[in-house]
Amino acid sequence: MLSTAALLANSTPAQLLPARELMAFTLASHILLVPFGVALPFITLLMHHRALRRNDPVALTLARRWSAVMAVQFAVGVVTGTVLSFEFGLLWPGMMGRWGDVFGLGFGIEAWAFFLEAVLIAIYLYGWRRLKPRTHFWLAVPLPLAALMGAFGIIAANSWMNTPQGFRPDALGNPVAVDVRQAIFTPMFGPDYWHFVVAMLLTAGYVVAGVYAVGWLRGRRDRYHRLGFTVPFTVAAILTPVQFMLGDSAARAVFHKQPIKFAATEIVWKTDTHVPEYMFGRLHPDGTISGGLKIPQLDSILAGFSPDTKVTGLSSVAASDRPTATQATIAHWAFDIMVTVGSVLILLALWYGWCWLRRRDLPRSRWFFRCAAIAGVACLVTVECGWITTEVGRQPWIVYQHMRVSEAVTGTRAGSLWAMLGLVMVVYVAVFGSFLAVVLKMRTRWRIADEGLAAARGELPPETDTPYGPRSEPEPTTGAEPGGSDRTSGGAS
Amino acid sequence: MADFIAWVVVLAIAAYACAGGTDYGAGFWDLLAGGAERGKRPRRLIDHAMAPVWEVNNVWLIFILVIMWTGFPTMFQAVFSAMWLPLALAAVGLVLRGAGFALRKPTRRLAQQRIYGAVFAISSLLTPFFLGAVLGGIASGRVEVGTTASADAWANGTSVLVGLLAIAATAFLGAVFLCSDALRFGADDLVDYFRLRALIAFAAVVVLALIGLPVTHDDARYVWDGLTGGPGLLLIILAAVCGLATVLLVWRRSYDWSRYTSVASVALVVGAWGFAQRPYVLPTSLTVAEAAGADHTLRWLMIVTAIAILLVGPALVLLYRLDTMGELEELTDADTRAARTPGDDL
Repeated sequence: MLSTAALLANSTPAQLLPARELMAFTLASHILLVPFGVALPFITLLMHHRALRRNDPVALTLARRWSAVMAVQFAVGVVTGTVLSFEFGLLWPGMMGRWGDVFGLGFGIEAWAFFLEAVLIAIYLYGWRRLKPRTHFWLAVPLPLAALMGAFGIIAANSWMNTPQGFRPDALGNPVAVDVRQAIFTPMFGPDYWHFVVAMLLTAGYVVAGVYAVGWLRGRRDRYHRLGFTVPFTVAAILTPVQFMLGDSAARAVFHKQPIKFAATEIVWKTDTHVPEYMFGRLHPDGTISGGLKIPQLDSILAGFSPDTKVTGLSSVAASDRPTATQATIAHWAFDIMVTVGSVLILLALWYGWCWLRRRDLPRSRWFFRCAAIAGVACLVTVECGWITTEVGRQPWIVYQHMRVSEAVTGTRAGSLWAMLGLVMVVYVAVFGSFLAVVLKMRTRWRIADEGLAAARGELPPETDTPYGPRSEPEPTTGAEPGGSDRTSGGAS
Repeated sequence: MADFIAWVVVLAIAAYACAGGTDYGAGFWDLLAGGAERGKRPRRLIDHAMAPVWEVNNVWLIFILVIMWTGFPTMFQAVFSAMWLPLALAAVGLVLRGAGFALRKPTRRLAQQRIYGAVFAISSLLTPFFLGAVLGGIASGRVEVGTTASADAWANGTSVLVGLLAIAATAFLGAVFLCSDALRFGADDLVDYFRLRALIAFAAVVVLALIGLPVTHDDARYVWDGLTGGPGLLLIILAAVCGLATVLLVWRRSYDWSRYTSVASVALVVGAWGFAQRPYVLPTSLTVAEAAGADHTLRWLMIVTAIAILLVGPALVLLYRLDTMGELEELTDADTRAARTPGDDL
């Protein structure tokens, strides 16, 4: 997605492109797991709370199953995240060497928060069997807070790269008079942080709910699916309009603090008032725009609530100090996809809210569940888009207006980097593929067990397994037959 | 102040060597556990023992990197430029190790478990080797500010030796801990199984250390001198005492304290290396003071570290305590009500 760097290859070191691709690939992979790392514990705890409060075995089963998934997901997230720490040094030693002491502290906070998170999640995941139910639950309650702290550190570092401050460059451009507090609380930090956190909660909510929406569509309309859908979907639906406001304020913060980036995401070429808004479309190097839907005046209105608002254009700075036309188009598309998906999700959330207010029930339409089923995937796409917008829109700077990406890149030969990229791609495809296969397999096992249970209900005595019982046989006690994998049989109960 | 942060890095490396090292060692023994049938029980034990703690142990590594780039940015830049390949391979190894371990558990087919297990075990061997090789390269003065990546920086006698020493030390830690774990989980036959391995691993450490004396004498002269005199020597002697005490305890089948002495011996060696390298972060070209980041940052790094110790310390103690008390067990298929699928053979 950063392949446009090829256009710059003539004036930049040969290793820049593979270094970028490697960073982009590993980060794009890792970011898919981040929503679950940040928000799945929270959603699971909500379900767990319900299970304890109402002594609800269905909710308890859901919470346990989610934590079984979490165990695998967290592990893959840990290792792919560790790779990123290595890559700061392996790919961008120039940035770390010069700026490490200015913006690194955010990572320091993140590292400790992550420590806490890893400890708490270990206790939670492995505490189901032997800890007292209440103790077990309460030990996990700080978990979402630790996740928020971890996000704090990462977003502090990223927003510093976008709006660096808290230092003074000396004659050589090296930072002096470092002020850490200023470096952490940069202008972009607030908008970015809340936008990010809510995005993570939202995405995790829609993805988890989507799993049960699929089950619902396939006719498994039992309490298990209803609960598994309702809890995460409600969290996500409540946050969707909130996210729309947060995203809007983040975009406006970019307009004020990073005008060139804003110009790239809105493909504005000339500084002007009464700037039209383009939905999609393509910017050419000469400043013309082809395709797309043009809405007169709207960009100025969105940026400053008035058509008279002056919007800075890309051409106001030298070509070497702004994203290329292709990069701007990429950032623009990513931004527009994000906004479009966000807007559609609001409609979905309103639909849900409307039915809930009127009938205290889920919508009946199959179309609602079809949309809900793909909302999770759409959210993951949106997360990628948000990240592409902020990273590609920042080009060609790695530290906005202080250091170019090409100055930060490692001196390692391009060939080695390409080879490493190939190796990493093979490894990641294998790891993520296996991860997905394992999770899907878990789902199949659970479905077979539930179908067996539904079929056997009435024949067997009521379930005797207490939620926090002693270790029983590893074989399920329900009449689940290995052959009973027919997808819809006995699902409805 | 920079000195203080430098010691924080040394302590964090020691913590990672001990905590992470134990997990790498478990992976090492997983690799050597033999075929699926013969290795079934040791592997089960390794799985049980590692599962709740390995992610936490891994965070020490992230912490080391963060303190390095925040506290000593120039040193971080120099190390990651010069040691490009071993560090990149170590990162790949970390991914494979963690993913292999985590994915092996929920798998119910032998063929798949074999693959994931092999990935986990082999990368448990390679990762500490590469990390050790990096330390060896640094200790022998092969990294300076501006050194470009080359094979010589890490494919030399000292680096290879430190890499092998890292593997042997992790194997030693792993075996000692697995003895206690076997006892805890009531697998009495495995206690002796790992007891023998702990003794062999210790012998390997001693042999490698003895080989190391002549190999590193000229190659890593500064650190060599630091380790054979002054506080460095003192810590080495203490480490040797702790190591021998571990051997004695394990020999006499007394596993109450063996874990602590084994950890102490490894931590003391890392500490001795810290003393030996003073005042350099990169011997003999970059001192701690020269490499240090901005004062203001270091002060805040200390504050953040102090707050975090208050927060994370108790949490870590709680986790390790719950773990050793056997309170932490993974969810079984019965707990999540999972059925078998066609093709499951385990």
